[in-house]
Amino acid sequence: MNQLLNHYSAEVQRILAKYPPEYKRSAVMPLLYLAQRAEGYVAKQALEDIAEIVEISTTEVSSIVGFYTLYYDQPAGRYRIQVCTDLPCALRGADRFLHELCERLGIEEGATTPDGLFTVEAVKCLAACHRAPMFQVQGDGDIAYHEDQTVELTLAWMDEVRARVAQEKEAK
Amino acid sequence: MSEHFLLRHRDIPGIDRLDVYRRHGGFETIKKVLTTMQPSQVLNEVKASGLRGRGGAGFPTGIKWSFLPDNLWPHYVVCNADESEPGTFKDREIMESNPFQFLEGLMIAAYAVQAKVAYVYLRGEFWQVANFLDEKITEMEAAGLLGDNLFGTQTSIRLYTHLGAGAYICGEETALLESLEGKLGQPRLRPPFPAVYGLYGKPTVVNNVETLTNLPPILEKGAAWYKSLGTEKSPGVKIFSLSGNVQRPGNYELPLGATFRELIYTHGGGLAEGRKVKAILPAGASSSIVSVDDDKVLDTPMDYESVAAIGSQLGSASVIVCDDTVNMAWLVEKTVNFFKHESCGKCTPCREGTFWMNRIAGRISSGKGTSADIDLLEDVARQIAGKCLCALGEFSVMAVQTGIAQFRSDFEEKVHSHTTERV
Ligand SMILES: Cc1cc2nc3c(=O)[nH]c(=O)nc-3n(C[C@H](O)[C@H](O)[C@H](O)COP(=O)(O)O)c2cc1C
Ligand code: SF4
Ligand code: FES
Repeated sequence: MNQLLNHYSAEVQRILAKYPPEYKRSAVMPLLYLAQRAEGYVAKQALEDIAEIVEISTTEVSSIVGFYTLYYDQPAGRYRIQVCTDLPCALRGADRFLHELCERLGIEEGATTPDGLFTVEAVKCLAACHRAPMFQVQGDGDIAYHEDQTVELTLAWMDEVRARVAQEKEAK
Repeated sequence: MSEHFLLRHRDIPGIDRLDVYRRHGGFETIKKVLTTMQPSQVLNEVKASGLRGRGGAGFPTGIKWSFLPDNLWPHYVVCNADESEPGTFKDREIMESNPFQFLEGLMIAAYAVQAKVAYVYLRGEFWQVANFLDEKITEMEAAGLLGDNLFGTQTSIRLYTHLGAGAYICGEETALLESLEGKLGQPRLRPPFPAVYGLYGKPTVVNNVETLTNLPPILEKGAAWYKSLGTEKSPGVKIFSLSGNVQRPGNYELPLGATFRELIYTHGGGLAEGRKVKAILPAGASSSIVSVDDDKVLDTPMDYESVAAIGSQLGSASVIVCDDTVNMAWLVEKTVNFFKHESCGKCTPCREGTFWMNRIAGRISSGKGTSADIDLLEDVARQIAGKCLCALGEFSVMAVQTGIAQFRSDFEEKVHSHTTERV
């Protein structure tokens, strides 16, 4: 039984419709995003589901997960805060921003906050070099840009997210 | 520049809405093209305009289109919206703020090469941009501006977005096509070129977002008008992405041939009080570094030929400015680290070479290197140059070679900071 197909049947069909029927394989990347939406990483079962849908081997699907940086095969914080430290941003203080942010959070770069909510990482250019320091947040099936940041702004935003998540828990 | 032809949203607020775009002449050009022109006429007009690709290589667009054979079908158009060169952020602004002009341009390209389907390949980080474009495409379909029998003709055009997933190499057109086919984003051996063997092995045009956004005004106002802007060999307007140590970083639409000085001082607000320009990377991290040892360098016109004449490249015009506080050994470590991270690993000189350059440059930049490391770094760069399957490998040595050649004392300084510490 194909769980991905079951769970997201309309979306899977919408994705497949973009490509010629004889080139289903093109759907593998959009399907990986779909598989990653709920948990923030691609579980083993999903690899098999995708392989079945696009008719390639599970190994091939998993090599794609390994090649591209936005797919994960391991769970991490619910939100990945990905700070750009590439050259143009670094000229505008991005390294210092990342360093201070980690210091204030009391974690190493690449690590996750104790509440399991945020992982902070350095990444390459995100096409927002004129609004450094900046980061993107990957989580809940979305990628959002946060530009013209200061450590204070970022910490305040993180507090908001924490409050929202706490409310969600209570509501459940 | 007073009037914008590409960043039109700066003159017309709300142009990202279909009604506003149409009120300002939007989709009149594609209507004229589809109802009164043959595909070959469109191609000839674009050829005559002298428009050159804005993705980096500057190849003439009309000539590229003319390479598609007319005995192999279907044809495809693929738009390169991967925009991953450090320092480049122009395609994003176009798509976010003037999306319909871009999509109209994509339709013009599709008609010119008689493609019924076009894909927009966006870098995965442009998740929200892709959703936004999907909404715009849906609106166009609902308004009868996409689909079958457009404007009562036999022409059908369909547009789809496709997200990458974080790999700079997918901006290279053959790696992009592999990725769009659901494979690893690794470049293909060429020839055959995409014009003959592209997406799904079919004749394919790959064009950058900005290139396509130039098409509606060219077809509206004509090739002669377009050639009246810019320089003779680099006609038209260009979006310059200005970043680094300037007061007002951002995108600036200027005629090709505007000078660095005009961009940095008139538009970019100059540098911080008391600072001067030490170096410029005109084509992002892939540039040969331009040393501004003489103030006259700033008067170089930014067109493909003039920037080449001072030993660098215009590329996609991602102009990174470094002031006199920046140490070039530090800068080189940044660029090399980028390329090491982004090498797709398909060929040995690039995979191994960027790994070693990253190690050595890191050692130098952190003050743990020796003078011999500077020579070693140069040596590794020399072994990569000219031996790679795609241009990424070549890009990776640009800053290294031109950095050491022009700013050796910056590297020496880093190396000696360590010796003095130890003493
Ligand atoms: C490593 C590498 C990265 C590239 N990245 C991009 C990119 O992000 N966007 C782009 O339009 N072209 C990029 N290019 C250039 C494309 O290969 C191709 O030349 C271009 O999309 C053609 O479109 P144009 O003729 O409209 O410029 C890259 C090339 C290389 C070698
Ligand atoms: S030069 Fe580098 S990026 Fe290009 S194919 Fe070889 S390994 Fe891949
Ligand atoms: S260098 Fe950070 S967004 Fe471009």
